[in-house]
Amino acid sequence: MKFSMERGTLLKAVSQAQSVVERRNTIPILANVLIEAEGDTVQFRATDLDIEVVDRAVAQVERAGATTVSAVTLHEIVRKLPDGALVSVSEDSASGRLTVEAGRSNFSLATLPKEDFPVMASSEYSANFSAPAPMLRRLFDKSKFAISTEETRYYLNGVYMHVADGEDGKVLRCVATDGHRLARIDAPLPDGAADMPGVIVPRKTVGEMRKLLDDDDMEIAVSVSETKVRFATPDITLTSKVIDGTFPDYTRVIPQGNTRRLEVDAAEFAKAVDRVATVSSERSRAVKMQLDEDRLILSVNAPDSGAAEEELAVAYGDDRLEIGFNAKYLLEIASQVDRENAVFMFNSAGDPTLMREGSDTSAVYVVMPMRV
Amino acid sequence: MPAVCRDCLTEFDTGPRCPSCRSPRIIAHDELYDLTIAHMDCDAFYASVEKRDNPELADKPVIIGGGRRGVVSTACYVARIRGVRSAMPMFQALKLCPDAVIIKPRFDAYVAASKAIRAMMDELTPIVEPLSLDEAFMDLTGTARLHGHPPAVMLARLVKRMREELGLTGSIGLSHNKFLAKIASDLDKPRGFSVIGKAETEAFLRPKPVRLIWGVGLATQEALEKAGIRTFEDLHRWDKEDLTARFGGMGERLWYLARGQDHRRVSANAPMKSISNETTFHEDTNDPDLLDGHLWRMCEKVADRAKAKGMAGRVVTLKLKRSNFALVTKRTSLTDPTQIADRIYRIARGLFDQVGDKGPYRLLGAGISDLSPADGADLSGDLLDPQGVKRAQAERATDAIRDRFGPDAILKGRALR
Repeated sequence: MKFSMERGTLLKAVSQAQSVVERRNTIPILANVLIEAEGDTVQFRATDLDIEVVDRAVAQVERAGATTVSAVTLHEIVRKLPDGALVSVSEDSASGRLTVEAGRSNFSLATLPKEDFPVMASSEYSANFSAPAPMLRRLFDKSKFAISTEETRYYLNGVYMHVADGEDGKVLRCVATDGHRLARIDAPLPDGAADMPGVIVPRKTVGEMRKLLDDDDMEIAVSVSETKVRFATPDITLTSKVIDGTFPDYTRVIPQGNTRRLEVDAAEFAKAVDRVATVSSERSRAVKMQLDEDRLILSVNAPDSGAAEEELAVAYGDDRLEIGFNAKYLLEIASQVDRENAVFMFNSAGDPTLMREGSDTSAVYVVMPMRV
Repeated sequence: MPAVCRDCLTEFDTGPRCPSCRSPRIIAHDELYDLTIAHMDCDAFYASVEKRDNPELADKPVIIGGGRRGVVSTACYVARIRGVRSAMPMFQALKLCPDAVIIKPRFDAYVAASKAIRAMMDELTPIVEPLSLDEAFMDLTGTARLHGHPPAVMLARLVKRMREELGLTGSIGLSHNKFLAKIASDLDKPRGFSVIGKAETEAFLRPKPVRLIWGVGLATQEALEKAGIRTFEDLHRWDKEDLTARFGGMGERLWYLARGQDHRRVSANAPMKSISNETTFHEDTNDPDLLDGHLWRMCEKVADRAKAKGMAGRVVTLKLKRSNFALVTKRTSLTDPTQIADRIYRIARGLFDQVGDKGPYRLLGAGISDLSPADGADLSGDLLDPQGVKRAQAERATDAIRDRFGPDAILKGRALR
């Protein structure tokens, strides 16, 4: 195998591969990237057995062939090469080494046989559809903060992507929750997605997939089966197993009858929460919200370290209410709001609170209060 | 040579008997007035409390522990004469001592006694480091002027007071570091008072087996034996570098201990790291109901202790031992700490289900760690478990009922399995 390509193109292809590779793993081949050169393309394939990424790049292929080499090492080398360099990669099948050359730099890397590389079994997808990158970006960016890390509830360790009934018909919906907060984000249902089975996309896949979504004009080809999900651009194909479990019935969690309405500038609110939370160093610090006629007092009282209080002008017209929340959770949901005011709907100090952006019901957040 | 009478606390200079009360129970040592690190270990603590509270037991062999398959928690000295030891399986203890009176532990009574002893120790020095209910280190450095007597005299007075006021006896080890103080307290139990001075430290240790070291269990012992190390003398022959290379951090510690050096401080309020509870079954079991019942009881005990200490844990651990003694432990971190039995149980139950193996098991345990004060715990409910808050409230109400009417006043059905 022998090919050459521009450093920038190579770096992009290799970086996606190396981020999938598990840093600590006991199976040596899983640390490697499978490089396959044929025609005028080179394909870089990496896997952790749950996620597989295939990245294609155009190259000048002199000799077709395939081998595997440490993904992290190759990435580091390419990263450190000067910008604009032409990189030549060749495999010497006699010595079993991969040579990487650029300018006066020359590297020789150990390889492992391509036959040992595990290729994810292909599967039949029951739904194939195309979705604009900005839409998927919104669905996952706004929900992923609520993904649980609790291993006993493994079925919460991802984003539940499924078809649901929205206010105006079917929607593509992403839900994530860790039991303390929940995010429910809707998008118009793309053509061909109606028969999609609901799947729990694992946290790591969400992170890897996000790298495909930066280009606003990109259409992403999405394929879904009961066990796998695939996101593809013309250059990159990301295939992932989904979490084998049942996502809980989240609809019961979303409060319907909350009537006490607070409207507040989300950015001002987030800054104020952040400020008052400074006095407490505890991991689960509670912020108390005292609501009165068009007035909100945020306060933190940490007996060991100090106390803080800040008043905000808000729109609130209901009975007095005192309710506490984990400062981190408040900040995280407030930072999801980017266009309009944050609207909080409360019931009592012990009941889940709902938050949305203005009157937009396509992104709804629920947060559990804390006793303060 | 400075000496002190353990009966009347008279300080005097050498002699086979106390010049004042003629008692032979004297302690004499060249460094007696200079040593300040002490270890106090109660004698057969649980059994002593039981005997004190029920004088009929005084001359009977008493074993504290539970069940046929349980282990001996404490054996009184009468039972020890027959060969019964702590941690011995109960059936074996009963074979050695069939007429033993078996008593289920009454922790409330032990905690109360322990608190009374602790109060007495606190009068001697602010630096008291309890290791368990019945033993503690004390650092009496610099207290001689305050008390008007050297530490040795104050310690003799402490055990005298414990006996007279609480009806409990203890043994004292006095030395120049924790390691030696702990060894010393064990030298002439019960009602012992042993001193290991700086001058004789090395000579004293040389012939002793390395298992004397706290923390050297069977596994380490085996590893040491493979390296030809059985006694402190063997250990002495090794270079620090070689020991460290072979045994890591433990190796370095061993090198110092071989020379009787231990730089650990006696630290008051050493933070508690975990709260756990475990039980060995009468017979290995794979009965899911039985295991579930045990799991609940373990979690409830852990929660009780956490509540008593005002602590909550962020990590829940499940421990299982299979019939072949293979140990399985699983743990998980929570987003916020808990001290609620119901929450600990549900998480431990999840871990148990993850193990997925039906057993049989011979031991089951549960615990919490990564502890923090309870005022930040269980403040928030779980969206996906709306009943959780109610169950936690019910648990608090149950606790209140038990406080008032006793621990058996109200039980979960689950606890009866």
